[in-house]
Amino acid sequence: MTETSRHLPLRTPGSVLGPAAWIRRNLFPDWRQGLLTLLVLWLLIRTIPPLIDWLFIDAAWTGDRDDCVAAGGACWAFVGARWGQFIYGFYPPEHRWRVDLSMLALLASIAVLFLPRVPNKGWIITGSFIALPVVTVVLLHGGMLGLEVVPTDRWGGFMLTLVVAVAGMLGALPIGILMALGRRSRMPAIRIFCVTFIELFRAVPLITILFMASVMLPLFMPQGFTMDKLLRALIGVALFNGALMAEVIRGGLQAIPRGQFEAATASGMGYWKMMTFIILPQALRTVIPGLVNTYVAIIKDTTLVLIIGLFDLLGIVQAGISSSNWLAPSVTTTGYVFAGFGFWVLCFGLSRYSMHLERKLNTGQKK
Amino acid sequence: MKLCTILTSAAALMALSGAAVSAQTLEEVRERGYLNCGVSPGVAGFSNPDDAGNWSGFDVEVCRAVAAAVLEDPDAVRYTPLSNTERFTALQSGEIDMLSRTTTRTLNRDTALGLNFAPVMFYDGQGFMVRDSMDVDSVSQLNGATVCVSAGSTTELNLADYFEANGMTYNPVRFDRADEVLAAYDANRCDVYTSDRSGLAARRLVMSDPSEHVMLPETISKEPLAPAVRHGDDQWFDIVTWTVYALIEAEEFGITQDNIDEMLASENPNITRMLGGEGSPVGEWIGLDNQWVYRAISSVGNYGEIFERHVGPDTPLQIERGMNALHTDGGLQYAMPFK
Repeated sequence: MTETSRHLPLRTPGSVLGPAAWIRRNLFPDWRQGLLTLLVLWLLIRTIPPLIDWLFIDAAWTGDRDDCVAAGGACWAFVGARWGQFIYGFYPPEHRWRVDLSMLALLASIAVLFLPRVPNKGWIITGSFIALPVVTVVLLHGGMLGLEVVPTDRWGGFMLTLVVAVAGMLGALPIGILMALGRRSRMPAIRIFCVTFIELFRAVPLITILFMASVMLPLFMPQGFTMDKLLRALIGVALFNGALMAEVIRGGLQAIPRGQFEAATASGMGYWKMMTFIILPQALRTVIPGLVNTYVAIIKDTTLVLIIGLFDLLGIVQAGISSSNWLAPSVTTTGYVFAGFGFWVLCFGLSRYSMHLERKLNTGQKK
Repeated sequence: MKLCTILTSAAALMALSGAAVSAQTLEEVRERGYLNCGVSPGVAGFSNPDDAGNWSGFDVEVCRAVAAAVLEDPDAVRYTPLSNTERFTALQSGEIDMLSRTTTRTLNRDTALGLNFAPVMFYDGQGFMVRDSMDVDSVSQLNGATVCVSAGSTTELNLADYFEANGMTYNPVRFDRADEVLAAYDANRCDVYTSDRSGLAARRLVMSDPSEHVMLPETISKEPLAPAVRHGDDQWFDIVTWTVYALIEAEEFGITQDNIDEMLASENPNITRMLGGEGSPVGEWIGLDNQWVYRAISSVGNYGEIFERHVGPDTPLQIERGMNALHTDGGLQYAMPFK
């Protein structure tokens, strides 16, 4: 016995270590797995090199439509020529720093959430998320502090996608929380109102709501009263997603054991104190995956504003590929690849961020 | 589609019954300092943002011409890109002052939807595209062909009517979306692709090999595309109407963006009257100053120049003048006299 264990390290056969062994163990453990490995390998060989050829080697990096047609690959020249438009829409070039600054403000308020434990962190976070919309509106729209007004019909591209998404997210969360609480309320008037609101908005497609906001609403308004088209769309997006979010949050509320409510009441807390400090923090933490799901859906739904004539990232790319000086098959494909990549970056970033949040908040609750 | 119809009809009803939209469009535009013009969100050659982010195209030039006539500045326009369903409500609710958006003039729109159409800017119609290799040069040779077409569209109805009327048969391949129709034709699933001619010209360019495809000469439907204003403001309607006429008349008189200043000194009294020369009444009659025609033409050029710049044979779209030639060249463009 002792002899065997002493000899073991010396006798390690070459066939269980090294790359060859790794390949055999993981890729060809038996003939079925081996066949699948070969199939996947063949698929990769068939798709990856042509993709790289198309994306980089045959691509036209500069020039115009004719260069792109001649190159045969992706037409990055098109993205280059319209880069400013894709990011800022029709925002006047001399004012684009205001958009940059608002994006920085957004990044800053996200960064605040990553702060290590500091005193009053909760207040800092709440403050920054209340300040963010105000700062952004002042910066982007102007008309205050000596900033020139940039009307919302000049907004577009990636920036508009962010505006719609962030407004949808920031607006939907409080609406969702209030509606979820209201739905569980003991007061019939409040409960009926909340149930009606949630069921109405959840049962209708977002497109219908946007259509109502952009097409029908102006006709009901008194003559001469005009409300900004973007604002109408933002309110529609926030209400719609608020209704979805309310149900996600209600799920979290129902997961809280009754004992928590009773304990909070027993220690003399009122309704709002109990909700703010005991129930909601636990409930929201439980439903982070559901919340992020809704958030990712909001980002992707922003493309629907296209149908009411607002140019989000996808809209401005589509307008670009249909302009007569860029009409070519490779331009169309490149445009959609670019727009898809833009959305992927946003949504992937968001889901990574939510994983980080979950890990951070779930300390001591891992199962 | 049904929902859209209901929505637009309801909208039209409300626009007609309740809100009598103000008849003071001219004053409102002047007070505001810019023109609200509805355009399409991206139709090749007709309205698109250019690389610098400015709207440009055939339809956009009409907005610019009206802004130049009314506000003395062709750039004093705010463009509202509008979808198919939104365009009429936007006009009825007063969100835009005029619509210049590849819109076909029809009886229904002219009456029930409460619109007034300015003169036709572009005579479009349904055409056919085939592969050059098919060696076909007329629709009459297409008996038994496979045709790619948008499902449930007027295009599909026109196609059925035309083939039936001519005693021919065909196999339709229907798709819901325009890009699916295009992709199917490009992938050789059908012999023929049918759509409006201006649309065919643009879509030919996004096929794998544009040079393989040719358009057949026949046009089987009427799609007269015209700018529109809402009912109830005759003066504004006159201004938009006669701005379009001015562009067409300018081409007939040979007035271009470049030679307009020499034309001011022309021997022809019709030209000097139109351009607001000494003692001309054109401004007084329409309620603008005398130079309104001069400004419109010097800002955007005459009709022919606009056509050449955005959709003509030298542009990627390569659309021939055809029906859109002046009446003197055998086309349909005919301006009323400035008298």
